[in-house]
Amino acid sequence: MARIEIKNVAKTFGAYQALHDINLTIEDQEFMVLLGASGCGKSTLLRIIAGLETATTGEVWIGGRRIDNLSPKDRGISMVFQNYAVFPHLSVFENIGFGLRMQKLPNDEVTRRVERTAGLMHIEQLLKRYSGELSGGQRQRVAVARALAMEPDVILMDEPLSNLDALLRMEMRAELKGVLAESKTTAIYVTHDQVEAMSMADRISVMHQGEIVQAASPIEVYRNPSAEFVAGFIGNPPMNFLPAKPADSGKWAVAGQMMDGPGGGSASLKFAIRPEDLRLADTGFKAVAKVVEPLGAHLLVTCEVDGQLFRAVLDSDLKVKPGEVLTLTPQPDRVRWFDPQTTLAVA
Amino acid sequence: MNARILPYVLILPVTLFLCLFFLYPFVLVSKQAFSTGAGFTLDNFREVVSYWKFPISMQNTLLLAAAVVPVQLALALLMATMVNKMQKGRDIVLYIWTIPLGISDLAAGIIWLAIFEQSGFLNSMMSGLGIVDQPVNFLSYQHPGVVFLAIALAEIWRATAIMLVILVAGIGLIPKEYYEAAEVFGASPWKRFTRITLPMLRPSLQTALVLRVILAFEIFAVVAALGGTLFPVLMGETYAYQFDLLNSGAAAAMALIILGISIAFTLVILRVLRVPKGATI
Ligand SMILES: Nc1ncnc2c1ncn2[C@@H]1O[C@H](COP(=O)(O)OP(=O)(O)OP(=O)(O)O)[C@@H](O)[C@H]1O
Ligand SMILES: [Mg+2]
Repeated sequence: MARIEIKNVAKTFGAYQALHDINLTIEDQEFMVLLGASGCGKSTLLRIIAGLETATTGEVWIGGRRIDNLSPKDRGISMVFQNYAVFPHLSVFENIGFGLRMQKLPNDEVTRRVERTAGLMHIEQLLKRYSGELSGGQRQRVAVARALAMEPDVILMDEPLSNLDALLRMEMRAELKGVLAESKTTAIYVTHDQVEAMSMADRISVMHQGEIVQAASPIEVYRNPSAEFVAGFIGNPPMNFLPAKPADSGKWAVAGQMMDGPGGGSASLKFAIRPEDLRLADTGFKAVAKVVEPLGAHLLVTCEVDGQLFRAVLDSDLKVKPGEVLTLTPQPDRVRWFDPQTTLAVA
Repeated sequence: MNARILPYVLILPVTLFLCLFFLYPFVLVSKQAFSTGAGFTLDNFREVVSYWKFPISMQNTLLLAAAVVPVQLALALLMATMVNKMQKGRDIVLYIWTIPLGISDLAAGIIWLAIFEQSGFLNSMMSGLGIVDQPVNFLSYQHPGVVFLAIALAEIWRATAIMLVILVAGIGLIPKEYYEAAEVFGASPWKRFTRITLPMLRPSLQTALVLRVILAFEIFAVVAALGGTLFPVLMGETYAYQFDLLNSGAAAAMALIILGISIAFTLVILRVLRVPKGATI
């Protein structure tokens, strides 16, 4: 059982506050992805869980045991480092087997586990090499294999696939997920690749400037972002926003259109819709097409609505020319609203 | 300029310098060693090797190196690790530890003589504490062990810092992430030292050891100050041939023997501590 509880964890480096009061529970065997922009504190949080950094305040529990005062090796974790940290003076074999040797496992057990994990990562033909003779992506896979070989309760991965080409990354993603599910390992996986986050995660924690803004299932984060930041961060392209003013009979005026929206008498709101939830229709927003990008599967049109940037993902068979005025209507059940004051979602 | 010849042009000045001030004297010394006035001969070597003091001075030199260098290596590693762990005051400590480097070897010998001689600090302290009734002459033929110990201590005190500065620089070059990875994967502090620090320090260890071992074979002034003629060493005998016996052919032969030993040890050290291709940081 390796349920991870992070309670009120904060971290300051000198005067800089890298993490603000983080509270997060990761269930046993869950695959949790930390997603956020560069510098938002993902690695710092991971390093605190690993014991390489001490939290300024707060507690970390794993499997019902408080571990933030234990040394890293007693926490039942293993880790893939963002900069790999593959030992240059050891062969790939000895790198993968490093932790097993530290546990003084018998030779044949070390060999068995090293060969198995190297096979999973497709690096079995590199076992005799030194890290100076490997490419970045190969080194990264050695780092993953080294962490997997430990067969830990909890595995912490800091952007473990960032250096692989798209095809290999897709393949590795699926395999890694499978291996971890099979070994019943609790995983925390840091990435800033949304596709990776969406495809692998049981839950995604979206981080922003040292805070966790939303922790929910991928589809929930995508469909019901809890804050404007999440809506503008998740999705490629992300959600469109337009200012909304209250109008007569409980409706909201958005770019000249009357919309049904939340009650409650707010002074103003933000209307939000995903680009793929827009359709061409007879009534709706008047959008002036600026840039048209055919992406194969569909057509990405960047336009201007009411002076605001607005993107629509349309059928790839449509012929749209820059300068053309489109009439776009949102799919009503996909419309979301945010309070500009608190930046939080409004039901 | 052509990229192929540029490196050679760049090392040309230092090559000329070395030829003039190292290679040329070396050739002269070799000529002296291998001749007695009438063509090529090994007579000089035969003479120095068959002299009764040669085996004992060879033995003393090797013993001293064997006793001093490992202690210095261990101390330098310990001190370098400590300095590297320090946050504040690191530079001050390093400066203090390297003060002996600025003292000439003869002066260092005299400092330790002041401690060990009959009217020295050690004797006054021991008689003050009532351990001895009257001052003992430690540095005499009756106490060969003490003579050896005094010389070894003076050498350790004087020349450990040269290894220390090399090792501090080397340890500072090892990225912190390797220690973090080792820690996460279960290596104790001692294991981190033996499995990460030592192997990754090999290039610096090579330099430090080569330098120190060569200097150990050249030991002279400290021995002269503390042991005098009680403790003959190779360099002391070379000096005696040149300036007491005025036999420069024999002195040159001794010099070449010391050079030969130094080269042999250097090759062994380089070989043992070599870093495999592809295994560098
Ligand atoms: N040792 C440190 N001293 C001072 N500031 C630090 C230190 N480590 C991290 N920071 C700061 O803390 C913030 C969070 O860093 P962190 O490495 O956790 O970011 P990250 O989310 O992992 O980013 P990336 O995706 O680029 O790896 C950054 O602003 C960084 O500058
Ligand atoms: Mg990071």
